[in-house]
Amino acid sequence: MTIRSRVLEALGTVYDPELDEPITSLRFVTSCDVSDDGDVDVRLRLPTPQCAPNFAYLMATDARNAVRRLPEVRAVTVLLEDHYTGDEINTAVGRGDAFAEAFPGETEGELDALRELFRRKALVARQSRLCEALLAGGATPEEVTARRLADLPDDPEARRCIELREQLGLPGADDTPAFVRPDGEPIAAADLRLWLRKARLMRTSLEVNGGICRSLLRIRYDLADAKEVAA
Amino acid sequence: MYEHNGEKYFVMDGHVHFWDASPANWVKGQEQFAKGWIECFHAYQGLGPPDTHWPIEKFQKYSEEDFVKDVFEDGYVDVGLFLPTYLKQWYTEGFNTAERNARMAEKYPDKLIVNGRWDPREGEAGLKQLEEDAKRYGLKGVKLYTAEWHNGSRGWKLTDPESQFFLEKCQELGIKNIHVHKGPTIWPLDKDAFDVSDVDHVATNFPELNFIVEHVGLPRIEDFCFMATQEPNVYAGLAVVIGGLMHARPRFFAKVMGELLFWVGEDKMLFASDYAIWEPKWQVEGFVDWNYPADEAYSDYPALGTEGKKKIMGLNAAKLYGVKVPQELQLPPDEADEPAARDDAQLVEDRA
Repeated sequence: MTIRSRVLEALGTVYDPELDEPITSLRFVTSCDVSDDGDVDVRLRLPTPQCAPNFAYLMATDARNAVRRLPEVRAVTVLLEDHYTGDEINTAVGRGDAFAEAFPGETEGELDALRELFRRKALVARQSRLCEALLAGGATPEEVTARRLADLPDDPEARRCIELREQLGLPGADDTPAFVRPDGEPIAAADLRLWLRKARLMRTSLEVNGGICRSLLRIRYDLADAKEVAA
Repeated sequence: MYEHNGEKYFVMDGHVHFWDASPANWVKGQEQFAKGWIECFHAYQGLGPPDTHWPIEKFQKYSEEDFVKDVFEDGYVDVGLFLPTYLKQWYTEGFNTAERNARMAEKYPDKLIVNGRWDPREGEAGLKQLEEDAKRYGLKGVKLYTAEWHNGSRGWKLTDPESQFFLEKCQELGIKNIHVHKGPTIWPLDKDAFDVSDVDHVATNFPELNFIVEHVGLPRIEDFCFMATQEPNVYAGLAVVIGGLMHARPRFFAKVMGELLFWVGEDKMLFASDYAIWEPKWQVEGFVDWNYPADEAYSDYPALGTEGKKKIMGLNAAKLYGVKVPQELQLPPDEADEPAARDDAQLVEDRA
């Protein structure tokens, strides 16, 4: 495995916090160059010049940190291009500055609460897909809500759920309930239908946003059409 | 009026613009924002069918003839609602002011309605201006742009204390329809910029006013739906939903429609083209012809029939604005007063 492919793999662990999808599959990574000495230069792009600076900062700084963790790389540069606050974000990310330092006087705090809010939404959305697959496979609501984490299939959806639970500080042992509300409370069988109604709306919202972002990115950079990822 | 399969639809377009974003109108020193704004809009046009795309030069500034042809002649629109967007921070004469809109509306008094605007950061002077505008244009509605920059401030909220004076003034002046653009407010930067909770709050406090959330709170449609389902005076403005999704992402469009019909209902949804981002013609034709894809995934969303489409295409908005609809385009009286689908379901359950 070359250094470059390891760098790309690391970038694949960086998620758009709003869409809960890796920045690589969203095609937000424009280029990734590695010099012979192990210096890395990553360029990022977004669907519009006015995409929210908070999410843009999180992706850029997460990308830089993910690549810096690789022992074989030396200097790491991550640059967000074609964005109206690109200069501020790039300066802060390059220095390892916090978000508030990028925009003095324009923020009240850091982005932890924002990130957590979207992790909760992402967890609800992903759990709903797993639930619906079980129901479609003939499981009853009682059977679905009785599932433990260890019962979930070993696929990307379930793995991401477990990752999100860890990040949210929710119980993640194998014998804990597989389907929980964002506060960790298990979903009761009697509540499953209503919970799914709401969860499906949240999932639709995330999917639609991802769809619009993909379309706008394609138009902006004249990319070849990628197939719709609709469920 | 649009006629299809023997059915006639009254078309009220809840969101049209007549803007000037040409370089001659860019504020010195703010060119990058003025240019970026219109280019962003132009990218959205790319989500419509290819044969409806315009070159950027025409998109920056189109003529009155273009408007009349695209909206009234080709676009089937009976009545268009002008929603102004001032953005004077970036555009010298404003992007799309009530004044500019009114010059056009004077020539087509039965076909265009001028809406006003206000901004709580303008204080007393803003209240006075609102009174003058209400008198001058006979305002029944305003468009609010909480993301607008103003003297170093990059946005505001409906729950700001000063906003309450403006909402009270609207009530007093009979301006019943408050259109709120819920889009990328960029301040404060550390919060979710698309938060609709301020609409929730004022909709409860001002029950006589109608709050039309433009673009249904996209990209936070879930927050919008959870709120709209609880507030009887909150409506869904479908601009961008139809233009941005129906052609580019038809399966997502079907899901969003399904969710809106379930949570908000066909009595509280308003057709809007967002012209000149997208022309109304393909949106009207496509929407009237629209149905869910034949797929299990859509099976438990509420159906949308001809009556529902007639309401969404124009009858709902006509009711909010007191627009007279010709007899032949109205719903038969017994159907017009039917409760929404979900109320029906409730009644059935109650009887069971």
